[in-house]
Amino acid sequence: MSATPGSSMRTPRRRVAGLGSARSGTGHFWLQRVTALANLLLILIALPIVIWAAGQEQAQTLAILGHPLVAIVLLLLIFSVCFHMRIGMQVVIEDYVPAEGMKVLALIANTFFTIAVGSAGAFAVLKISFGG
Amino acid sequence: MVQLTLPKNSQLVEGKVWPKPTGTNRLTEYKIYRWNPDDGKNPSVDTYYVDRDDCGPMVLDGLIWIKTKIDPTLTFRRSCREGICGSCAMNIDGTNTLACLKSMDEVDAKAVKIYPLPHMPVVKDLVPDLTQFYAQHASVEPWLHTETPAPEKEWRQGRGDREKLDGLYECILCACCSTSCPSYWWNGDRYLGPAALLQAYRWLIDSRDEATGDRLDDLEDPFRLYRCHTIMNCAKACPKGLNPAKAIAEIKKMMVARQF
Repeated sequence: MSATPGSSMRTPRRRVAGLGSARSGTGHFWLQRVTALANLLLILIALPIVIWAAGQEQAQTLAILGHPLVAIVLLLLIFSVCFHMRIGMQVVIEDYVPAEGMKVLALIANTFFTIAVGSAGAFAVLKISFGG
Repeated sequence: MVQLTLPKNSQLVEGKVWPKPTGTNRLTEYKIYRWNPDDGKNPSVDTYYVDRDDCGPMVLDGLIWIKTKIDPTLTFRRSCREGICGSCAMNIDGTNTLACLKSMDEVDAKAVKIYPLPHMPVVKDLVPDLTQFYAQHASVEPWLHTETPAPEKEWRQGRGDREKLDGLYECILCACCSTSCPSYWWNGDRYLGPAALLQAYRWLIDSRDEATGDRLDDLEDPFRLYRCHTIMNCAKACPKGLNPAKAIAEIKKMMVARQF
């Protein structure tokens, strides 16, 4: 809590109590671990495919990436990584940005950035897949 | 953003070098953080030489020897001198520990460097202000909560349930763990820290306590509990060999377990 004038007269217990427990955090804690597992599995599948596709002619590359099974794996990977990235970055911001206003702005920016890169990635995969 | 440099009036300066005691060759050098709130000066590091022939083996013995024989103004807390009161917790040779349990011979460096517990307000010299630390401990309500009318004699507990308190009840609240935790340094106003959380877990798994759900509710918070990032400095620092990080992980497991 930031120092309000006269706040030194508050009792230590009052300062520790703050605004009370948020009764949340377990959802993010669990989701971070589940997406970590998902990321591991999806990377194991997606990485060899992408390495393989990268060495091909453009038409061949597009055909591989556009295959339904590959496209679904890539979409899942993008979603899982984005969830994981957002929670991870949120923890970093909460750890290191103590100023309330700056913290809220950074958390909003974090959400916007995640949605932007996630939708750009998903759009690219869908575009290749549907041949548009 | 995080403040990475000390304010000017907190920066350490070279302190006084106190004269070596005469008539001995067995000397151990001490470099000790000094700060007096009344003289308006910056904190400094004073150098002392302890006569090992006239002094016990522990770092605390050396401090008491200095205070008695060299410099009575040196200020530190101590009481039991056998690792049960937790008063003499300080940063020795780069690690938080109890001065009474750390032998001078364990220190490999040329000098025994002693600072107050990190990131706490300093009252004087090696005495930190632990007001907030104690308030955090009090906030987990470290006593038995029951709804059932009290039995005529004691609340009974099975042998297996009693064993679950081993590795937890031994905590002496010396604050070595919490003040070694970077997450506690950055967010100590909202994160309860390893010591208070270990104490919280001690009551969460006490088979006689009937307020487990309320206790979990009060802890379920992104800052109070989830600032623990398993850095493990707490377990490394604990002079009693306890593992607060494991206790915190167990609390997180309880949080997840009651979701499904």
